[in-house]
Amino acid sequence: MITFSVEDHTGQVQTLELPGDINLSLMEVLKASDYPIAATCGGMALCATCHLEVLSGGDRLPAPGDAELDMLDTLPNATAQSRLACQIRLSENLQGACFALKAPALV
Amino acid sequence: MIQTDICIIGAGPVGLFAVFEAGLLKMRCHLIDALPQIGGQLSEIYPKKPIYDIPGFPEVNAQTLVDNLRQQIAPFKPTFTLGERVDGLTRSEDGSFIVTTVDGTQVKSKVVVIAAGLGSFEPRKPELQNLERFEGRGVTYMVKDPETFRQRRLVIAGGGDSALDWTIYLSAIAERVTLIHRNESFRGAPDSAEKVMKLAEEGKIDLLLSANLQAVNGNGVVKSVSVVDKQKVVKEIETDFLIPLFGLSPKLGPIADWGLNLDKSAIEVNTVDYSTNVEGIFAIGDINTYPGKLKLILCGFHEAALMAQRAFEFVYPSQKLSFKYTTVNGVNAF
Repeated sequence: MITFSVEDHTGQVQTLELPGDINLSLMEVLKASDYPIAATCGGMALCATCHLEVLSGGDRLPAPGDAELDMLDTLPNATAQSRLACQIRLSENLQGACFALKAPALV
Repeated sequence: MIQTDICIIGAGPVGLFAVFEAGLLKMRCHLIDALPQIGGQLSEIYPKKPIYDIPGFPEVNAQTLVDNLRQQIAPFKPTFTLGERVDGLTRSEDGSFIVTTVDGTQVKSKVVVIAAGLGSFEPRKPELQNLERFEGRGVTYMVKDPETFRQRRLVIAGGGDSALDWTIYLSAIAERVTLIHRNESFRGAPDSAEKVMKLAEEGKIDLLLSANLQAVNGNGVVKSVSVVDKQKVVKEIETDFLIPLFGLSPKLGPIADWGLNLDKSAIEVNTVDYSTNVEGIFAIGDINTYPGKLKLILCGFHEAALMAQRAFEFVYPSQKLSFKYTTVNGVNAF
């Protein structure tokens, strides 16, 4: 099992526990867990509606690729810890990490 | 005023295909889109990406699909209002709808079909207090007429291609241009990035890297912006304009206020005919929601076909619809 935590738009932190063998991106996991993210482009690093910040435990995450960096670069509220959830595959690398949603909440 | 049978909001793949399904039933269509070109997300966001799940096309490039749809609907002579976002919706005395755009274009129709995908593309705004109070009073998110900025002081924020390109262009016109970017370098087109660096070296622009907008100040109109750098030092820059250029993001916009039942920014529909809770208004494609909804182009195509069958009753209330195959009857152009 992989365990990591997510802080939503209201500041509430919840721990998610998922089997390690499902082939999903973090964006897909968040959507399936009913977090209010739009995920407009469906995972192509083109809309940034799954923008989040790595609060802790992100050192084992694979580095962002060009497409992700290009998109992050255009965002007004990106920080050095910003990532796009759609570009992060669910894996053991997420174990113990803590993320905070940064994209505007879908209402 | 433009008069038509069906006013389609959104000229993405599903809106375009709706013209075909409506055309087979002798209904004319007018399409409105906020973007200056047809194709919606496919043309705006990923024109060169391949799509693999369009029936009959093992692989098709997004822009090619749009071009093909344009060709497919040509016999039905659709008309377009492009580059204008829809704003208002009213009902006239005879029961037909009047859709008005932000630029004042009016379209009168018996049926309205919302095929607006994820909404219209609007500028991403930085999170600054009171930013909206200064919109149109020194804060602008796009450069419509560069002459507005002649001999004025501007602060441009952003690091993408449009921030770079406008910095270069406006540096020749404006009294002073300051470009603020939160990173140490630019990921935009290397050519443009190089030009901006050179302008800064020559003292023709002020370039603030690793810096973020913190506040916009003024009394009614923009007087200055506060910028914070990596060392948390705040600097105030006097300016006449602030132009944040952080790309576009889709928003549902004024459609949210049309009295339609919504669920998480999507329009609830009846899957029998993809009608909304307002009679005569339909919603198809990514904009709608129903149990089991999949945001796929092919699902939007199916929704367009069923919608057209029901829309016929509004356009030709006294006629009976008999279902015909194109293989038998062909496509009868207008």
